[in-house]
Amino acid sequence: MDANSESLTQAGRESANWTLRVRRFIDRVLPMDHLLPDRQPYFVGSWVYVFGVITLASLVWVVVSGVVRSFMGPQWWHVSSVGRFFNSLHFWSVQMFFIFMVLHLWGQYFMASWRHGRAATWLIGVVIFAASILTAFTGYLSQQNFDSQFIAVNAKDAMNGAGIGAFFNVLNFGQMYGLHVMLLPIAVTFLVAWHIVMVRTKGVVKPIDAEGVSKS
Amino acid sequence: MDTPTTYFHWGFILISLPNLLVIVGMIALFAIALVAPFPHGGRSDDGRK
Repeated sequence: MDANSESLTQAGRESANWTLRVRRFIDRVLPMDHLLPDRQPYFVGSWVYVFGVITLASLVWVVVSGVVRSFMGPQWWHVSSVGRFFNSLHFWSVQMFFIFMVLHLWGQYFMASWRHGRAATWLIGVVIFAASILTAFTGYLSQQNFDSQFIAVNAKDAMNGAGIGAFFNVLNFGQMYGLHVMLLPIAVTFLVAWHIVMVRTKGVVKPIDAEGVSKS
Repeated sequence: MDTPTTYFHWGFILISLPNLLVIVGMIALFAIALVAPFPHGGRSDDGRK
C-alpha cells in the first residue's frame, strides 16, 4: 500500500470516528474565538448589553446561596445569624435575577434580537423566563414558615382549578422542595448555558438601523 | 412591619406602593442604560471598539 492510499484509508477511518465528527462540528459551529471572544462589535458598547450579564451573575449567587442553604437546612436559615444572611442573600439574588432578566427582555425586545436566525435563542429565553417563575414559586413554597403555608393554601385552589393539582400538589412540601432544589435549578442552569452558547454561536444581532449593511 | 402597605387604585389598576416603586425604578434604569455613556464604548478606526 503506497503512502497516498494509506492516507486515504486513514481519512476514511477518521470520518467513521464519532469523536472526530463531533470535534469538527464544534469547530465549525462554535470555534473558540466565538465562544470566548476578546472583541465585540462597536454597538455592544452600551449599558443595555450589561443587563444579561448581571442576570447571569445573579443566577450564580442564587445557586451558590441555594446550595449552602440546602446543605444546612431550614432551622439554620431561620434561626442562626449566618443562616438568616444566606436566606436574605438567596432572596435578594432572586430579586436581582428577575429584575435584570426583565430589563434584558425589554432590551432584546426593542432591538428585535430574534432576527437573522436567532429565533431559537429568543425562544430558549422565553422558556427560561417560564421555568424561572416556576422555580421562584416552588421556592416561596419551600420557605418553611407561615408565609409559605399561606401561599400554598391559597394557591391550591388555583392549581386544582387548572386541573394540575393531582400531580402538582402545592401542599406537598417534599414535592415542592424537591422541584425547587433539584429539577428546576438544573433545568434553568442548562437552559441558560444553552442560551449563552446560542448567543456566542450566532453573535450579537446588528442594530436595526444597520440592517442594510449585511445580514450576519 | 405588620401594617398593610399603601395601595394605589386608578380605575382597573390596583398596585401596591412597593410594586410601583420597583416598576418605576426598572423603567428609570432602562432609560439610563440607553443614554448613559459606556466606558470605552467609542468606535475605533476599524469600526470596532
